[in-house]
Amino acid sequence: MTDAAASRPVAQKVRRPAAGQAAAGRAASPWGFSRSIGRRLTILLAGIAAVLALVSWAMVTSFARAAAERTQDGVLAASALSIAGALGSEQGNIRLELPYSAFAMLDAIGQDRVFYRVATADDTLTGYEDLEVPRLPRTAGEVVTDTIAYRGTTVRVATVTRSVLSGQVPVRIMVSVAQTRSGVDEIAAGLSRSAAALSVGFFLLATGLGWAAARNSLRPLNEIAQAVGRRGPSDLRPVQRDAPGELAPLLAALNRLMERLGASIRRSEDFITEAAHRVRTPLATVRAQAEVALHSAESEEVKATLRRMIRAVDESSRSAGQLLDHATVGFRAETLRAEDLDLAAVIRRVTDGLAPTAEMKDIAFSVSLVPAPMRGDAILLENAVRNVLDNAVKYSPAETVVTVTLERAGSAWRITIRDEGRGFGDAAVPQLVERFRRGANVEKVVGSGLGLTIADEALRAHGGTLTLSPGDNGVGACVTLTLPAA
Amino acid sequence: MCHAHPARRLIAALLLAVLPGVALAQVLEDRRVWPGTGERTIRVISTADIDVFAPFVERIAAERPDLGIDYAVASSAELHRAIAEGASYDLAISSAMDLQFQLANDGLARAHRSDATAGLPGWARWRDLLFAFTAEPAVAVISRARFAGRDRPRNRQDLIALMRTDREAFARAVGTYDVRDSGLGYLFATQEARNSDTYWRLSELMGGLDVQLYCCSAQMIDDVASGRLALAYNVLGSYAMARIARDDRLEILALQDYATVMLRTAFIPASAEDPEGAGAVLDAILRIGMRDDADALPLPPLGAVQGPEATAFGPIRLGPGLLVHLDRLNREAFLAEWSDAMLQ
Repeated sequence: MTDAAASRPVAQKVRRPAAGQAAAGRAASPWGFSRSIGRRLTILLAGIAAVLALVSWAMVTSFARAAAERTQDGVLAASALSIAGALGSEQGNIRLELPYSAFAMLDAIGQDRVFYRVATADDTLTGYEDLEVPRLPRTAGEVVTDTIAYRGTTVRVATVTRSVLSGQVPVRIMVSVAQTRSGVDEIAAGLSRSAAALSVGFFLLATGLGWAAARNSLRPLNEIAQAVGRRGPSDLRPVQRDAPGELAPLLAALNRLMERLGASIRRSEDFITEAAHRVRTPLATVRAQAEVALHSAESEEVKATLRRMIRAVDESSRSAGQLLDHATVGFRAETLRAEDLDLAAVIRRVTDGLAPTAEMKDIAFSVSLVPAPMRGDAILLENAVRNVLDNAVKYSPAETVVTVTLERAGSAWRITIRDEGRGFGDAAVPQLVERFRRGANVEKVVGSGLGLTIADEALRAHGGTLTLSPGDNGVGACVTLTLPAA
Repeated sequence: MCHAHPARRLIAALLLAVLPGVALAQVLEDRRVWPGTGERTIRVISTADIDVFAPFVERIAAERPDLGIDYAVASSAELHRAIAEGASYDLAISSAMDLQFQLANDGLARAHRSDATAGLPGWARWRDLLFAFTAEPAVAVISRARFAGRDRPRNRQDLIALMRTDREAFARAVGTYDVRDSGLGYLFATQEARNSDTYWRLSELMGGLDVQLYCCSAQMIDDVASGRLALAYNVLGSYAMARIARDDRLEILALQDYATVMLRTAFIPASAEDPEGAGAVLDAILRIGMRDDADALPLPPLGAVQGPEATAFGPIRLGPGLLVHLDRLNREAFLAEWSDAMLQ
């Protein structure tokens, strides 16, 4: 249709922000890291939890080992002290009977190998003669523990000293008790395993909580996004919402953008209205002059040229009218001014207005109306009906009838406009109807004309619908306008 | 322990002389080789007599017929010395728990881990080094002939009272281990002395009765059977029961106050040449030790100490406490005290 080209800029202006948003959403880093703040937060929190879990595991492991080692030191010291306590002198000789408990208690930590040595400064009294300790306690009663290598393995050794009379001379006697560390290793390893299991549990819990926290903190953002996303294509009101402090600048920027966008749209609609007015008035003058010339012309050739001229002028004037209508509808639909009106009167005004054009093509109107009171914008409704009826007249061949019916259908008024023209084409009809019902497909509007778009927008502003269907017996087209009754 | 007959010692000595390849430092009391179907032979050194161990060999052969067994009998002290000096045996089995423990503690045992060792109760193994497979009590064996017409003492107090009141009947007729020679005797004596002061009262009484000292359970049992002894104290219960099964001149005194229970232990020496084969034999022995039928073999299973006859002190604990009595000073002190009591 010829008015398709004119409709495009407006439609695209409305669509552009949405397309831009989608493009921004698709721009993602190769890590998928910046794609979602929620994921980023969750990963960061999980990373922190992992580090903390590792640190706590390492700490528990080292504490457990230290505790087990201290326990072993304690047992070794007790063993050495109990042996030292059994030292005595008998008739001037050093006497020692190892207490059973001194060795039996070494079983407490685990099944470890045991070595011991009781010696004076230069003589081993009993035990393992090659068990040498790196340092001795400075005072009696002090216990010195060391880790040393002995017989190819690592042992922990506790040493105490005690002075015993040998003859009349006090002799310093050293008691060392050593034990391998497999029991300590086992205890530490067992506790380390438990700590590892706990750390994994802690990590999983923290990750779960982190995920929940990320979701919770992003909820206001998602809510704003959803609120903006739910809006109709021409709803450019500012977003009024309680936003967290961090989102307030974004919201303010969004509202400023919408305001500028709205102003821009209004300016271009004003421009179109202005342009249409300015074009229509000179066109009317041209048409009148051409009519006059047609009547006075004698040559058939000139007459034909003038008729073509008049048709072209009509076409242009009609397009300009529709652009004007569209701008009007766009503006009025946004801020609907509802008043009591009679739909029948509205239809009557349209048929009366189009009657001269129809007569020129020998097209008759068959109008059947009932009084139909409702609330609405009379100018919008008139625009809607006129555009549909105008299409019907335009596509009807000469000497046919265009039927206009207004009737009550449940809680709605139904206006049916039938013509005997070429219809919508077989296959396209259901699709056309379907698309219109959705009302969001701009490409289809191009295909079926600005007239139907105007009608559709006006009806939807009133909560009504526009339905296209083939005419009876497959001849012509049938357009149904449904409007809720008052 | 030397359960062997003097004639056997002679044979062993001859064997050593004849076979230069077996020129070992230690003195073997007896030796026997059971060939396997394969070429591998596991060299076992043990304190148990050949006829006691033979039934075990049959069961081991049922599991691993490919492995031959070269079985050498030695006293526990000889066994201890052989392993400490690094003789190449694949398996060491002894009734002297303390000496076995010392060898393992000093790093002369090789770790062995298997399903069989994992199945052992905790008290029957020390680390992955030393494993117990029998629980054998020390018992008192009496001669039925010499106890004819007497009430059987029910506990050690009764026994002491009986020997005090009838000193003539028991003079030179009581036998026990010479703990200076016998590792097992020393183990039984030290453990009993640690658990009860009754031991010293009994020892002094036996000393006063001119006690007969023996190196080995088998000889004590022989002398009780012949009537030379009226009573043998701290005899290895497993040997006594095996003997009583075919000799009704003997009887085990059911002393109900306590019993000392020894665990016969085995380990793979660090110097073993075939540790894998030794592990297989050890596992088979441990499985036999965990069997339920107590009577089928001469050596009782581990489960014997958990049965209704379980005794007051339980088995001797496998642990560093065993080292205490091996300490040179402690041993000297104990032997001095023992000699004072026994050799009056």
